Amino acid sequence: MGVKISNEKFFDRVDKGIKDTFMRKAVSEAQSRLEGRKIEVTEELGNWEDWRDLSEEIRQHTLENLDYYLEQFARNVAKQGGHVFFAGNAEEANDYITSVVKKKNAKNIVKSKSMVTEEIGMNEALEEIGCNVVESDLGEWILQLDDHDPPSHIVVPALHKNKEQIRETFNKKRQYDKTSDPDELAKFARQELRKDFLAAEVGITGCNFAVAESGSVSLVTNEGNARLATTLPETQITVMGMERIVPTWKELDILVTMLCRSAVGQKLTSYITGLTATKEQGDVDGPEEFHVVIVDNGRSKILGTKFQSALQCIRCAACINVCPVYRHVGGHSYGSIYPGPIGAVLTPLLEGYEDYKELPFASSLCAACTDACPVKIPLHEQLVEHRRIIVEQEGKSSFGEKLAMKGYAFGASTPSLYQMGIKGAPTFINTIAGKDGDGKGAGPIKLWTDIRNLPKSTGQSFRKWYNNREKGGND
Amino acid sequence: MATGTIQNQDKFLDKIANQLGRKRQTKEVELPAWKKAPQYDVFKGLSMDELLAQFVIQCEKIHANVVVTKMNELEEIFHEVIQKLGGESIVYWNDSRFETYGLTAALTQEKEEGISVHEWKSDLGKKNIEIAERANIGITFSDITLAESGTVVLLSDSGKARSVSLLPQKHLAIIPKSTIVPRMTQASEKIHEISKNEGRTPSCINFISGPSNSADIELRLVVGVHGPVEVTYIVIDDM
Repeated sequence: MGVKISNEKFFDRVDKGIKDTFMRKAVSEAQSRLEGRKIEVTEELGNWEDWRDLSEEIRQHTLENLDYYLEQFARNVAKQGGHVFFAGNAEEANDYITSVVKKKNAKNIVKSKSMVTEEIGMNEALEEIGCNVVESDLGEWILQLDDHDPPSHIVVPALHKNKEQIRETFNKKRQYDKTSDPDELAKFARQELRKDFLAAEVGITGCNFAVAESGSVSLVTNEGNARLATTLPETQITVMGMERIVPTWKELDILVTMLCRSAVGQKLTSYITGLTATKEQGDVDGPEEFHVVIVDNGRSKILGTKFQSALQCIRCAACINVCPVYRHVGGHSYGSIYPGPIGAVLTPLLEGYEDYKELPFASSLCAACTDACPVKIPLHEQLVEHRRIIVEQEGKSSFGEKLAMKGYAFGASTPSLYQMGIKGAPTFINTIAGKDGDGKGAGPIKLWTDIRNLPKSTGQSFRKWYNNREKGGND
Repeated sequence: MATGTIQNQDKFLDKIANQLGRKRQTKEVELPAWKKAPQYDVFKGLSMDELLAQFVIQCEKIHANVVVTKMNELEEIFHEVIQKLGGESIVYWNDSRFETYGLTAALTQEKEEGISVHEWKSDLGKKNIEIAERANIGITFSDITLAESGTVVLLSDSGKARSVSLLPQKHLAIIPKSTIVPRMTQASEKIHEISKNEGRTPSCINFISGPSNSADIELRLVVGVHGPVEVTYIVIDDM
């Protein structure tokens, strides 16, 4: 698939997102629930800020010594019979993976969820050589069956789909004839995919964290599909972004704790699996052959820059789950497999500004993302830094681009325009908020009020209210 | 065992060092003393009984059934649990603890009552996997047990196969109370020691916390996806 998931223009994507009432409702409910669960399990610890400080320190230390830890990891994998391939870019990674698969004469491949394999377009490369690649994570399988619909969230990829749509997809593609009850849908997936697991010659996984001291890779999952993909096939290939590494098992503990709590509000997910190279002598299950592909693909050029801390990311999506912009436009609007605040920071770094220069502006800079980040990436500051670079580049670019860029600043930069805007606001809002005060507006605001109620204006601006309050006013 | 290959390493790591503005890090990097250590505050100073109580509370939250029993009642409880899980067919680890806790005899008893019972045997090869795939219940022993998250930690070896806790419909884990520790921190330290002292870690280490589940459809929790649909723990008071 690659990082890019759409050829449409940014504002067209946003327009589509804003008009998708189901998706917006689903996203806002999901955000509330995921964030609620996260708050519960983090408050329970009582010292979450200490955990964040420790995690940040571990991630910073690891990145500062990344070459050392990767070398140690590779040495330990090889010592125990596994193979390591360092891939500078997507093409090198795919060439290696397809060569392994060809050597094994494998046709059936089963995969567990992995963002980096999406990033490098691995499935397409394997399909080109005639392989059947099955996504086994429930959400990813749904998207794959639905003609490769792109993911809209990095933890819950099919968030934008409702159960009726999923039932229809199962029916159309796999003659499913039961109800849209999630339990029944999941049971069907279990039966269908079990056959694929048993038939697969190669299992491919991502990697949440590699452990340098032991040459292990860890997988954080709930469904059990990653366990099946690493238990039944004879060959295992694990693909990891080069920054996904910790020095020892002790640091693994901390980061797994942060990931589970921040991503899904669980103390630990159902399965945390640590896999070290091939199966041992006498073992019946587990892979006979083990490969790990370490992927750079643009990451190294982020090192040593102001954006280095973006590589601290552990892919928990906590920033996505609190972002007010994501809440309204949804994952597909970002046009990247990495949506939300971290996507807006990371995508232009990996893919360049050309196709993604709007992303850093798709933020209110409210800093909720920065506060939510378990490894303390200053996300909103990095968005500002992106904007600075883009505006500087704009100085050298075409007239049309300059004009577009100025548009961003236009409304806020002219005091009279701004004043006019806020004075007119109460009348305007009361007109569109609905005459019965039911908060259901019409016209351009309808799309918004389909989802929520627009409050009536009290007739005064915030500044006026605030000044009044300072003087002793009650309202 | 044959050593594996490492390809394309130097070019890749040189680039990283170069970006970081220095030469390749060739000397051993020492881990700093981290400024904070909040992980040791969790359940600090709790007695074994208190840890067990926390474990039981957490199990309820993660939809894992838990039964606590004394040594002298184990056989009876074991039989009850097997009945409750629907009997039918059992696959279990080749692990000396089954004998130590008197469960080998209990399993023979189940067999006599018509339940198909299979002990994982290395020399049977892939046949084991077929049996496990069709089994109703897979039985394992916890190596380390985490109170905070309701987790059993299973370290693999040739008798302690990955499939037994994965392929059957239901997973039954036997937990000696003495294996309970506060959280993942203490388990990670043990694994760190194994890795350091023995030069290699078990090829598969599973931290299992309840049944498999998913929230991929409309964020609604579905219990039982690819892994076991039901998990039961029997905690034996061995202290």
